[in-house]
Amino acid sequence: MLRVENVTKIFNRGSVNEMKALDNISLYLEEGEFVTVIGGNGAGKSTLLNCIAGVYEIDAGRITLGGIDITYAPEYKRSMYIGRVFQNPLDGTAFDMTIEENLAIAYAKGKPRGLRPGITRAEAALFREKLALLGLGLEDRMKEKAGRLSGGQRQALTLLMATITKPFLLLLDEHTAALDPVTAKKVLELTDRIVKEQKLSTIMVTHNMKAALDYGTRTIMMHEGRIIMDLDSRQKKEATVEWLIEQFSRRSGTDFDNDRMLLG
Amino acid sequence: MTTLVPLLSTLLDSLELGLIYAIMALGVFISFRTLNMPDLTVDGSFTLGAAISAVMVFNHGRPFSGLALAFLSGCIAGVCTALLVTKMKIQPLLSGILMMLALYSINIKVMGGKPNIPLLNKTVMFSFLEGASPGKYARYLFLLLILVIVIIVLFLFLKTKLGFALRATGDNDKMVRALGVNTDNMIIIGLALSNGLVAFSGAIIAQYQSFADVSMGIGMVVIGLASVIIGEVLFGTRTLLRRLSAVSLGSVTYRLIVAVSLWLGMPPTDLKLVSAVIVAIALSMTAAKDKFASLITRRANTVGKEGE
Repeated sequence: MLRVENVTKIFNRGSVNEMKALDNISLYLEEGEFVTVIGGNGAGKSTLLNCIAGVYEIDAGRITLGGIDITYAPEYKRSMYIGRVFQNPLDGTAFDMTIEENLAIAYAKGKPRGLRPGITRAEAALFREKLALLGLGLEDRMKEKAGRLSGGQRQALTLLMATITKPFLLLLDEHTAALDPVTAKKVLELTDRIVKEQKLSTIMVTHNMKAALDYGTRTIMMHEGRIIMDLDSRQKKEATVEWLIEQFSRRSGTDFDNDRMLLG
Repeated sequence: MTTLVPLLSTLLDSLELGLIYAIMALGVFISFRTLNMPDLTVDGSFTLGAAISAVMVFNHGRPFSGLALAFLSGCIAGVCTALLVTKMKIQPLLSGILMMLALYSINIKVMGGKPNIPLLNKTVMFSFLEGASPGKYARYLFLLLILVIVIIVLFLFLKTKLGFALRATGDNDKMVRALGVNTDNMIIIGLALSNGLVAFSGAIIAQYQSFADVSMGIGMVVIGLASVIIGEVLFGTRTLLRRLSAVSLGSVTYRLIVAVSLWLGMPPTDLKLVSAVIVAIALSMTAAKDKFASLITRRANTVGKEGE
């Protein structure tokens, strides 16, 4: 489904700040796989997602999605097939537009955006129905501006926007990191439900090791732009956070120095 | 009483001017608010519209074709600026300045190498109103009708699927790209529409005041910004239709402020200074509010400490 082959990404090439964010990395995703990605700061987790999404152009390698080579496709074109939720809740919605207008922009993905009415009655009914499934009462606030929503509500809305037209691939870049623990858990559960219901192929980056083990069908650990561990569904069930930390130190050859990863 | 009569007639004149300049303000609204990209092309595209309109009246006797052609040429000017921004990656402000400068020469070329064109005793868009039944209010109603049509068309456009994508581009371009929209195209469409409206407004002004002048667009962007800000503060921003109406009313309010200032004896050459000050004050409101709130909090905090 998704094939990331020998991809290398170097930032600030040729300057003193040159940094190899991705180092000849390869990752193959089967249809319907839900991969959680963990690793310390600067491991290249977000860079990997951004390279797949087309935010950054890669320096070497190849990326194909559903058999189509997207290595040099512009970001907006890849977005036709990829749904995304960002770490910053502000990044996912247009704050000065209403909830239903935001959904309408997402729902028009892949269709021509002409001079037809922005929201038809049928679409409004569909949005109401989908919003109700979030269980946040947003279906009664459709004409309110998205800027009035809390961080958790926004991430739930963004998640709905990313999946309202079924994407080939869903990319979640630490989408619960900016939320308080209770809200984060709710959004994670919602994510899990949507991914399972639609059988979405998903990559979720997280700092939360427990969440990485609790959710998904596969977990990979990254360090210095490489994948240093790849657990399948069975191995995930047996793994504990303590064991993961131990594995991290052994495989990366560094001490575990990131407090944020231990939390939760 | 003797001084009030000229005031009243000036106020009526400025009402008409306000209605015409409102179309320009709506153009500025699209770049400044909808795209979140202040566009200085406006100074040039306003004059471009006036120049084309004047030439069409003077040489061809076609006032209404002049308006249409002015709108189209304004669109082209906007596209040029947008291409500098999106394809050449030149900062929006600088792109606008470059276009504005280029348009100065182009406008003189359009006017046949002359810095101005007088249109006295020519058939303009208002000529057919002579002898109309509501007398001197005919022109006023005609201008109001044009503005209302512009507002409605603009409102309907911003409520289409394309309009949604355009508005979201100014709000959050990252999100819009993630939803499969080419933001470059949205900026091109937005700046084209914006400058088209500005040129359309310039075209009407030229026929209204019976001349076009190469320097008539100077400071136009600031007047547009002032109208947008005054309108939003005084008349609200809650819904899109209200906001578009507010911007138009802002333009009328601006003209009334100008008329009263002149009546009070302010030299006309001070107008641009006043406009600049109004916009500077309006734009610094947010910072001033924050500062004020911070001072209050600090004060409360200090008073609390003293009580311990």
